[in-house]
Amino acid sequence: MKEEMINIQDPILQLKDVSISYSPGKNAVKNIYADIAKNKITAIMGPSGCGKSTLLRAINRMHELYPDIKIMGEILLDGKNILKMNPMEVRRMAGMVFQRPNPFPTMSIFDNVIAGYKLNGISLSKSEKEEIVERCLTNVGLWNEVKDSLYKKGTFLSGGQQQRLCIARALALKPDVLLMDEPTSALDPIATNRIEELLLDLKQEFTIVIVTHNMSQAARISDYSMFMYLGELVEYDTTQTMFTNPKDKRTNEYLSGQFG
Amino acid sequence: MNNLTYRTFKDKLFFYLICTLASLTVVPLFAIIWELIQKGYKQINWSFFTETAPSTLDAMLARSTGDIIPGGIANGILGTLLMVIIAAIIAIPTGILVGIHLSEHPKTKFSNITRFITDLIQGSPSIVIGIIAYTWVVKPLGSYSAFAGSVSLAIMMLPLIVRSTEETLKMLPGSLKEAGLALGASYTSVVLKILLPSAFGGLFTGILLAISRVMGETAPLMLTALGSTAINWDVLEPSSAVPLLIWEFYNDPNLIDMIWSSSLFLLLLVLTLNLIAKRIARKWKIQ
Repeated sequence: MKEEMINIQDPILQLKDVSISYSPGKNAVKNIYADIAKNKITAIMGPSGCGKSTLLRAINRMHELYPDIKIMGEILLDGKNILKMNPMEVRRMAGMVFQRPNPFPTMSIFDNVIAGYKLNGISLSKSEKEEIVERCLTNVGLWNEVKDSLYKKGTFLSGGQQQRLCIARALALKPDVLLMDEPTSALDPIATNRIEELLLDLKQEFTIVIVTHNMSQAARISDYSMFMYLGELVEYDTTQTMFTNPKDKRTNEYLSGQFG
Repeated sequence: MNNLTYRTFKDKLFFYLICTLASLTVVPLFAIIWELIQKGYKQINWSFFTETAPSTLDAMLARSTGDIIPGGIANGILGTLLMVIIAAIIAIPTGILVGIHLSEHPKTKFSNITRFITDLIQGSPSIVIGIIAYTWVVKPLGSYSAFAGSVSLAIMMLPLIVRSTEETLKMLPGSLKEAGLALGASYTSVVLKILLPSAFGGLFTGILLAISRVMGETAPLMLTALGSTAINWDVLEPSSAVPLLIWEFYNDPNLIDMIWSSSLFLLLLVLTLNLIAKRIARKWKIQ
């Protein structure tokens, strides 16, 4: 039995011996133990195909879209094993932002923000809706840009604005943890920069787990970093230690650009 | 050099050949429309839309004095509208639900069988579908009826709606479904509140094309709706339809003039629906 590589006080999310297989006998993610710190940004890095997205998607059970995937072990969110909960409830506690901005094309900006409530059949009063929309759009720094066009379609925004709208949509449900799957890989450097600044603000209120294959991004914004390789968690440490003094040879090679 | 001239010539010849053949395909359509307008426009007036089909005697009297034939095809127009609406009420929800199933579970055995059967229905001669509606509806109810006609039309619309729903939903990016589910939405609300609205343009186009496809159907209606000389609102009674009237006019030498006006009307109706469908398809194209 492996132990956690780093001791995290009061973790919000705990992975205990998590393995994920796409087909029987072949694990894409192997026996991962990790605790994730509250109100911090944790980055998951690694070369393509190392299982980082797979691991992230297990945390809000997006895998259930594909019937053959099996998750073993325990994932505890706020002390509760999410693998034993109703997936709809899990996904409300663990919001997700995807690689490409995906606002709902038939909905206005306003409706996109409160889409989580609408889709879950939770009715809100007009003032509650307005409060949530203003707060979430302000949170993602979009309010001043769109406050006069709230009833336009979300798809008219630029890519970076769309991605911030998607973050606002995830924040509206007040998730315990925000999972981000390479959220800036489809964006230009300026939009990327804005999202990174935004994440640094958001960690006051939310816990963020971000998958990225952009090492400098991880170095810039994250407090803790994980390095995964071939489904294994090779190294998990504070970002500073990881980038200045990696313990594992593979981490060192990856960070110095020898493979990836 | 000579060889090059020859090849350029061959190229040109081929180009003009395909252009000529392509333009030939529009000739029949324009020829038909021209002929129908020429022969049919006289009959199209207010009473054409408000009165029932004339009797042979009235038509004969009008012809002998050189007047236009009195009366119209109101019974047929009403019958066609009633039957198409009822057929749509049956076929649209069923077709959309089946289409959702096929796009969501594309590879199961059940879906493959369903898809195969849908193709078979689409390929079935319409008279066979008429016979089936006759045994299923006319026989048990004991009477020819507009409702029986609707059932046969609904069966013909079904495969078109199923396949257009399936194709449209397949074109939607998977990220849309993921985004909905990631917000904790149930599968049902993702399908109903996100996927279907996003696919609206494609679904609507498919429905319009299906309607315009069955609007001109004659054979199945002969065995189910039968035809009627009076305006009839009761769906359990025999009913007329525009294509049925055309067939009746054809069988009566005195009413021959009515064929052209009715055909013109039917053709324009179907063409308009088709054009609207194309427009919508272009406007609501999925990005």
